[in-house]
Amino acid sequence: MTAVIASEGLGKRYRRLWALAECTLSIPAGRVVGLVGPNGAGKTTLLSLATGMLAPTTGTIEVLGGRPGAGPGQLARVGYLAQNAPVYAELSVSDHLKLGARLNPGWDAALAADRIKRLDLDPGRKAGTLSGGQRAQLALTLAVAKRPELLLLDEPVASLDPLARREFLQDLMEAVAEQQVSVVLSSHLISDLERVCDYLIVLVGSRVRVAGPVEELLASHHLLSGPRRDPATLPAGQQVISASHTDVQTTLLVRTSGPVLDPAWTVSGVTMEDLVLAYMSQAGLGRSRRHLEVQQ
Amino acid sequence: MIEFHLDGRSGVAPYLQLIHQVRQALRLGLLSEGDQLPKVKDVAAGLAINPNTVLKAYRELEYEGLAAARPGVGTFVTGTLAGASLAAHGPLRHDLQRWLAKARRAGLDDESIEALFVSTFRAAGEADIA
Repeated sequence: MTAVIASEGLGKRYRRLWALAECTLSIPAGRVVGLVGPNGAGKTTLLSLATGMLAPTTGTIEVLGGRPGAGPGQLARVGYLAQNAPVYAELSVSDHLKLGARLNPGWDAALAADRIKRLDLDPGRKAGTLSGGQRAQLALTLAVAKRPELLLLDEPVASLDPLARREFLQDLMEAVAEQQVSVVLSSHLISDLERVCDYLIVLVGSRVRVAGPVEELLASHHLLSGPRRDPATLPAGQQVISASHTDVQTTLLVRTSGPVLDPAWTVSGVTMEDLVLAYMSQAGLGRSRRHLEVQQ
Repeated sequence: MIEFHLDGRSGVAPYLQLIHQVRQALRLGLLSEGDQLPKVKDVAAGLAINPNTVLKAYRELEYEGLAAARPGVGTFVTGTLAGASLAAHGPLRHDLQRWLAKARRAGLDDESIEALFVSTFRAAGEADIA
């Protein structure tokens, strides 16, 4: 199976600032990938490189085996939904569908019409008068109806209220089930990602901190708590991701492939939220936590 | 047809929650052999969860011999967990209701009833082993 996104030493520099650096990824097909990190971590840069709207400063990136943005064939295979779901405010819903049909060779008019009907969107209404949730649904309809093999969604639910967010994700999961499309979705809402993603990439300070199938990541990370001790005394196979100490107690989040045998530790499993927060604080960017909204 | 729900705070992996709900429905006789399980697409859309999670739960049920996939149609129940004991459920439930009413009259609250049941259940289990 070819990777939907394969990058090697990928980097993008704006003047003196690296927006993304040393990014090496191989994302398998058929996944729903959560790209998570604080604002300014490089999520949008990575997605823009994958669409071909940006060219890399260093390294290489292949999307579905081709060069991003290389000709109409490649463009038709990738659907992209930019941040805040941009639509043309002065155009009506049906104008958007006409535009989609004219611009995309693989346009599925029946699918688009069906979705608009199901979403109860008035075809004559100008997009500028739609609610945030409806605008996001319209934009997703355009991205899905071009029948891409890969959908790239940049913070698609960030600006939506909880109900609109749930509806958007329900809709997205239905499209994934029906069309077997691979998805990369950036977000800082971990609770949403927990339900929908089966592959996780944590991006902090322009670098990939951890990437892999969610199930494997959760199985290989443990929360240890016990009497205070120096993390440097741990067995070689245990990599400390985050550590906190009180005068008597030490709490560690470690990554290890084997079991934790030391009876001094109370070992418990981690949630996706524990994992993401640990990698974010590891990067020495504790302040970025405030960008993470956690809700049930 | 049953409907799945997810407890986001339970810490139990979503695919395990789905398996548990199918097993529970089989035990209670809500599902029996030949019944269709909800379509993967409908579960994914209804709960806003990854379709792969649903597929994984269904594969596990197939492995346990409780369900089988018919390509292009759906997944169907092929096994049972209730068996002949299902007929006894009614009278047992009736006894339990009478017992619960008695416990309430004696002044036990929900938590005390649960604690009493669980400790008796455990003690009986240990007596069986011994």
